[in-house]
Amino acid sequence: MIQLRELSAGYFGNPIIRNITMEFAPGKVTVLLGPNGSGKSTLLKAALGLLPPMSGAVLYDGVDTRKLKRRQIAQKAAFLTQSRNTPSIQALRMVLHGRFPYLTYPRYYGRQDYAISRSALEATGSLQHENTNVSQLSGGQRQGVYLAMALAQDTLTVFMDEPTTYLDISHQFQLMQTAHSLSLDGKAVVLVLHDILLALREADCIGVLQEGRLVYFDKPDSVYQSGILEQVFQTSVHRMDTPHGTQYYCIPKET
Amino acid sequence: MKSLRIFSTRCGNGIFFAGLSILTLATAVLSLWIGSVKLSPALVFNVLIGRETDSVAARIILYSRLPRTCAAMLAGAALSISGVIIQTVLNNPLASPGVIGVNSGAGFTVALVCAIAPLAQQYTPLVAFFGALAGVFLVTILSQRTGASRMTVILAGVAISALFGAGIDTVVTLVPDAVSGITDFRIGGFTGVTMLQLAPAAGLILISLGITLSLSPQMDILALGSDTARSLGLSVSFVRFILLVLAAALAGAAVSFGGLIGFVGLIVPHTMRRFLGENSLPLLFSSALAGAFFVTICDLLARILFSPFELPVGILLAFAGGPFFLWLLFKQKGGRI
Repeated sequence: MIQLRELSAGYFGNPIIRNITMEFAPGKVTVLLGPNGSGKSTLLKAALGLLPPMSGAVLYDGVDTRKLKRRQIAQKAAFLTQSRNTPSIQALRMVLHGRFPYLTYPRYYGRQDYAISRSALEATGSLQHENTNVSQLSGGQRQGVYLAMALAQDTLTVFMDEPTTYLDISHQFQLMQTAHSLSLDGKAVVLVLHDILLALREADCIGVLQEGRLVYFDKPDSVYQSGILEQVFQTSVHRMDTPHGTQYYCIPKET
Repeated sequence: MKSLRIFSTRCGNGIFFAGLSILTLATAVLSLWIGSVKLSPALVFNVLIGRETDSVAARIILYSRLPRTCAAMLAGAALSISGVIIQTVLNNPLASPGVIGVNSGAGFTVALVCAIAPLAQQYTPLVAFFGALAGVFLVTILSQRTGASRMTVILAGVAISALFGAGIDTVVTLVPDAVSGITDFRIGGFTGVTMLQLAPAAGLILISLGITLSLSPQMDILALGSDTARSLGLSVSFVRFILLVLAAALAGAAVSFGGLIGFVGLIVPHTMRRFLGENSLPLLFSSALAGAFFVTICDLLARILFSPFELPVGILLAFAGGPFFLWLLFKQKGGRI
């Protein structure tokens, strides 16, 4: 399990996130919410050890990341980045790269790596694209392949930075469903989202960031009740009972 | 990038490599056989297996055509691989050793050392390596410290290239005899290359080539983007550093005996990407072969087109490569890279 202890991190000596203490529980979908520039992506990078702590610590199963090798971290946490390259390679080959942290010299992917990669593609509903070139897939299909690469990494924790941003609504739902089934498999799934409503409906836990600080961290219902979202996002958030269960909606805040 | 990828299957790859190898080998043989002096194929064969060593023909082959052919193949392979590496590390399809000032960096130090210490010629590959290293790290540091965009990196490379170019011109103007050992230095050419001159550079190229091929899994991961690569457990800065040193060694060694051969490092990797996609190992292999083929055939044409006059190979490279590359770029709608 990954725990953050009074963590501050940032760039060029300026802390972007300050004094954050939280943990990402296995079996739960944790969503990080916050306005632009509140430090969500920085928090993910720091949690992944891509950004060194300025103070505080990141603990992987109780061990400080500064004592772990990159490879050891990569075997415990996968990262679906927001911006990335699209090399002109087959989808299966791309997913196989998720097995890189487990390769030893001479670094050839073996039969087991192929099997794990195929089942990862299946888990994201992308198996039919295994022989297609990634550069020829649509945005939604491509996201499925990238996610499969993160799953092939076979880690307890999976971080995703704004995974729904460029997806149409049905692919957004599909992605959230995959996130849920991963959490049911016992993984800790951590997502940065911009969509408050999607978060309130789908998350098990929500962390709310404001100006680099974690201002609230609890279940969706409690986050809603607290009114913190209205304060942080300057928006009115409401809910109502519908034939499809409780649904949330936002309207502009009256001034 | 949509590509021609007719050869996407493993079997197709095999045929592609076999074809490319045969083509490269055939070109090398042609390059030994054809020239301003007519020789029979049997004679060439006899000389190569050492059955004939004393005749004029043997001397032409052993001391002129063989070194030249080797030089062309080595330079083509080295510059193409250097191009693949630089494009991968900078994550920039517009980059190549010629564009970002690696070649001219090597050229400048070679010209400088030839002018100051004309007797130190056996050290040219080493000197060129340090010049190339200066070029590659200047561009990389500029681009990474400042977080510059891809376009800025290329422009910075062009500026650095121009600076080194001016340096070369200054040296050549002040000491006109500085690079007489390497004729056609500015355009690139292999006239008068000797085996003795070639040997250290060849060693450097072959070693770097081997190490680069062994790093192809890391290059694959690096090509996914630096955050993804690091989250997959790759030590990105270390691998980048090693790869850039290799790129500098390859380009520097080629420049040390061939002068400023441009263009190969840009168009060969691109052409191979279009045919094979971007898996590093096949890309590196095919680029080495295709680079050797392309430069050797251009050198052959440079010798025979206006025989007995010779053109510097750089001119042929541009005449043959330019139109082909344009065709490849605009074959698809919109010419998207």
